[in-house]
Amino acid sequence: MFGTTALAILVLAIVGFILARGFATSRAAVDGTKLNSLPSYYGTYVALWTGVPALLLILLWSALQEKVLNTIVMGTFPDEMLAGMGTGQLQLLLSEIRSIAGGRIFGEPAPEVLRAAEMLITMQNSADYAMIVVGCAAAVLGLVFTRSQLSNDFRARTRVESFVKVAMILCSIFAILVTVGIVFSLLFESYRFFQMVPWYEFFFGLSWEPQIPMRDDQVAGAGAFGAVPVFLGTIVVATIAMLFATPIGLLSAIYMAEYATPKFRDIVKPILEILAGIPTVVYGFFAVLTVAPALRQMGASIGMDVAANSALAAGGVMGIMIIPFISSLSDDALRAVPHSMREGSYGLGATKAETITAVLFPAALPGIVGGILLAVSRAIGETMIVVMAAGLIASLTVNPFSAVTTVTVQIVTLLIGDTEFDSPKTLAAFALGLVLFVATLCLNVLALRIVQKYREKYD
Amino acid sequence: MSSESIEPTAFEQAKDSSKVTVQASPSAGTGKAKMKGRKVTVFYGEKQALFDVDIDIMENEVTALIGPSGCGKSTFLRCLNRMNDVVDICRVHGEIIMDGKDIYDRDVDVVHLRARVGMVFQKPNPFPKSIYENVAYGPRIHGLTRNKSELDEIVETSLQKAGLWNEAKDRLNQPGTGLSGGQQQRLCIARAIAVAPEVILMDEPCSALDPIATAKIEDLIHELRENYTIAIVTHSMQQAARVSQKTAFFHLGNLVEYGETEQIFTNPKEERTQGYITGRFG
Amino acid sequence: MSVTTVQPVPEDQAKKNIQRRKSKNIRLQIYGLSAIGTAVLLLGILFSSLLYTGASAFTQTHLTFDVKIDPNLVKEDDIFGSNFRGIVRSGLYSLFPEVTNPRDQRQLGDIPSNGAQFTLRDRVVEDPSLIGQTVSITVPVSDAFDQFYKGVIPRDVPEEQRKVSDKQIVWWDQLVDNGQVSKPFNWTLLFSADSRFPELAGLSGAIVGSFYALLVCFLISFPVGIAAAVYLEEFAPKNRWTDLIEVNINNLAAVPSVVFGLLGLAVFLQFFGLPRSAPLVGGMVLSLMTLPTIIITTRAALKAVPPSIREGGFGIGASHQQVVMHHVLPLAMPGILTGTIIGLAQALGETAPLLLIGMNAFITSAPGGIMESATALPTQIFIWADSPERGFVARTSAAILVLIGFLVVMNLIAVVLRQRFQRKW
Repeated sequence: MFGTTALAILVLAIVGFILARGFATSRAAVDGTKLNSLPSYYGTYVALWTGVPALLLILLWSALQEKVLNTIVMGTFPDEMLAGMGTGQLQLLLSEIRSIAGGRIFGEPAPEVLRAAEMLITMQNSADYAMIVVGCAAAVLGLVFTRSQLSNDFRARTRVESFVKVAMILCSIFAILVTVGIVFSLLFESYRFFQMVPWYEFFFGLSWEPQIPMRDDQVAGAGAFGAVPVFLGTIVVATIAMLFATPIGLLSAIYMAEYATPKFRDIVKPILEILAGIPTVVYGFFAVLTVAPALRQMGASIGMDVAANSALAAGGVMGIMIIPFISSLSDDALRAVPHSMREGSYGLGATKAETITAVLFPAALPGIVGGILLAVSRAIGETMIVVMAAGLIASLTVNPFSAVTTVTVQIVTLLIGDTEFDSPKTLAAFALGLVLFVATLCLNVLALRIVQKYREKYD
Repeated sequence: MSSESIEPTAFEQAKDSSKVTVQASPSAGTGKAKMKGRKVTVFYGEKQALFDVDIDIMENEVTALIGPSGCGKSTFLRCLNRMNDVVDICRVHGEIIMDGKDIYDRDVDVVHLRARVGMVFQKPNPFPKSIYENVAYGPRIHGLTRNKSELDEIVETSLQKAGLWNEAKDRLNQPGTGLSGGQQQRLCIARAIAVAPEVILMDEPCSALDPIATAKIEDLIHELRENYTIAIVTHSMQQAARVSQKTAFFHLGNLVEYGETEQIFTNPKEERTQGYITGRFG
Repeated sequence: MSVTTVQPVPEDQAKKNIQRRKSKNIRLQIYGLSAIGTAVLLLGILFSSLLYTGASAFTQTHLTFDVKIDPNLVKEDDIFGSNFRGIVRSGLYSLFPEVTNPRDQRQLGDIPSNGAQFTLRDRVVEDPSLIGQTVSITVPVSDAFDQFYKGVIPRDVPEEQRKVSDKQIVWWDQLVDNGQVSKPFNWTLLFSADSRFPELAGLSGAIVGSFYALLVCFLISFPVGIAAAVYLEEFAPKNRWTDLIEVNINNLAAVPSVVFGLLGLAVFLQFFGLPRSAPLVGGMVLSLMTLPTIIITTRAALKAVPPSIREGGFGIGASHQQVVMHHVLPLAMPGILTGTIIGLAQALGETAPLLLIGMNAFITSAPGGIMESATALPTQIFIWADSPERGFVARTSAAILVLIGFLVVMNLIAVVLRQRFQRKW
């Protein structure tokens, strides 16, 4: 239905374009008339006002139609029937009605449900037709109105350009909307979570066992949402990654920026950048396939018990992924140090190493620190490597050879499979997401600010 | 003090060294003012770049704007077709009247204004498109033609007027950026002419060119004067003397002196003008 | 005040000093080189371990044998209800008439893939005249034998630790000796959808799913990204609002991908009620992540167009938008496209947000549209990596190699674009 309506509106817009352009060309053909704009601008003006508002309207319509219909259908049930139901049961009821309306009947549905399904079908049909009518009516309205505006000195170009400008502004604001969307959805779901689980338990509790029973009669952990072990695990993995990546990245950057011949750079730099381009799911598999067994074997050979999904394996592989971030950002920082500083040092008879350690490195330090902070933010936000290679059980330990879990692992495991938006298990993922978002945001803002200050200094 | 100062005035020098004869008589133009600047003041952010400039640009004459770097001559030139609108921090006060209407009025469409007041820039900046497309672009966006043959005609006459037709007629479809510097600048002039402007502004059009190309452009300016009003910013006083009828001398954002070119170069009223012309500063 | 004179250092000590300083210099160089070496080595290990494990999945062991399509078992009017499983089995049993014990026969029946009956069925559906005839079929063997034949499971492993029994090995060797075993290129990997059986599992569903998701991602992020970048770079006044947008975009580029997944889950699935696992939602989430990349690279490309081009346009009375649309944007287009392709390549490898919106479902056919449930290449890799069957290890590596192949192609296109159309001003 949406497709048909959109097509009809598009056709109307093209008709509008041709009509308006025809009007303008015929006027322009009369000698001595000076049109304000090119005929195609008249056409575009009418086409835009015919097509765009109508298209937006039906887009909104089809986004909301289902929600509205659901509410109406559920409203037909007597209150006393729904009163005892939880959200989950209501969802079930609704999906039963939907599947009956879609022609898939399982078992013997209750007569109320059948009635509701029939009602849903009729409403869906009329809503679909209404959408066509409303969409086309909006388009025709736009066409007729804008067509009546046209005259010789109608400022078609200015109008079109204002339209385009507004559209561009909206696109720029879209970027802000994404952030707002992230913040609001995280805050909203976290708020619901903190209504079920007190915030101090979440932030200071030492036990994380979110697998609460799905049914009342199930015997399982009661569910504990103390996220400290999860935070600790994240920090452990990120620390391992940084301990691994920082020296390698930094030393590579120093060599690349100061010692390497241009040819060497041209070859090696892209190779290092490949590391940044490899999808993280590949790193995750690499950790499971190669690194973890190797570590286990090495541990066994010296009589040490290394967990199959040790923090070391996950962190180490994450470190490989981080290397190019650190090396390229440090490389940039080192190369941004003005040449005069190097010359000043060489002029005193310093060796390259002395120049680097005593002059360049301190000068480039803010840039390097900024890069490292960005890398840390990457490391805590990284998901796939840890989902595949780190553990699921939260344990309060800093031992790199044992299994730990991280924030991102918990988010994914809590939300994979069926999600119900009213259980603390699901909502906990959003609370973790909020913590993750805030932490990485702070790191990013700090890092970007440091890097920017540094750039300004030498630009 | 530079060596120039001991030589005769630039004007005499120009007359001696150039075959171009200067028709400095005011009767060459129509004697009407095409554009009138009244108390034109320009700010770049906090910095004031022009102070109350009053000037009449005469129709069908060449007006040269001279002065040391940073004196505001280019700024003033760019006010004449509101090129400064593009610069965020630039504010213009006062009025510039063209055919009885202030071009800074609210209801003036900059786009239409710029079609009437064309501009040629310091560095030749043809679009990275074919020669034909470079010239045809203006007429096309202003809807000056109804069909291809009219457009072809405009392209041809514009290139002819710019003295580029003979060199370019066989390579109209080749990129304009492949031409030599002088040819590129003439292409830019052709591009400006193609939209049938009334005034052409030239911002040091020869500063990036060699002497031979410069001479060609100067000849061209002479020819164009018959149909267009021209304002040219130049660093070279010889050039100003060779091509212009009126000369305006700017210094530190002020219009110091404005008058017949011959008078400015031979008998300047202001000491600062004299100092600049004889090369004592600048 | 007394003037202290610098005592000259004794010559041999000075020499030693210089020696020491020089060796320190060399040491730093060695550290640097070995750091680079380590990184390159790790990359090498990564690729070689993927190649090593993945290579075997590009071939698939097949078994060729004759089956008699018994008219008693196959009814022409009910082909789909017929017992093709039995036909395949009896074809196998006839190869080894000496095997009569039902338990052994069952073991024999484990050799071909479970999909063999469907291969046969499809052939009969295509050509019902085959009923009653004896036909030769070539079918994939089950995963255990595939792995065994490829040497992934060596013979010297004790019997109880492998899925292939000693009896089966004897039969298998006989089949090999008869020339009934072949190992052609594994087209299934590329042209079939997912399956529970490794020997039947392929990537086509994931590839199509990824394609749809990227298409949606492109259709959203490309126009929106360019429009936003053009506005910010060419039109926006410099004020607090535009600064805010700029900072916001830079930060958005560094938000962890899993957070975008949360957004998709809460807004697209929960609030708007869009279908779970659909490439539409996947593409929408990915577009939010690609958007900052496209905006940032587009702005850089616009910045690289020299202002003289804009002035030229203004000088003949083109409006600001005409200058941008007719001159600046076309000149910046190669740079924009390069950035877009790189952004899409990143999106292709993105996994976590797709997991959260359910694109890790088990789906045995390629999606027919953007609203149908689907997997994507990276999520398929994740699913396979999680599968216990031995054959999925090799297939996961192979799937990764396919994914990396796509990424390499995309990046090559970007590089070529950049080099072909790079302009020096």
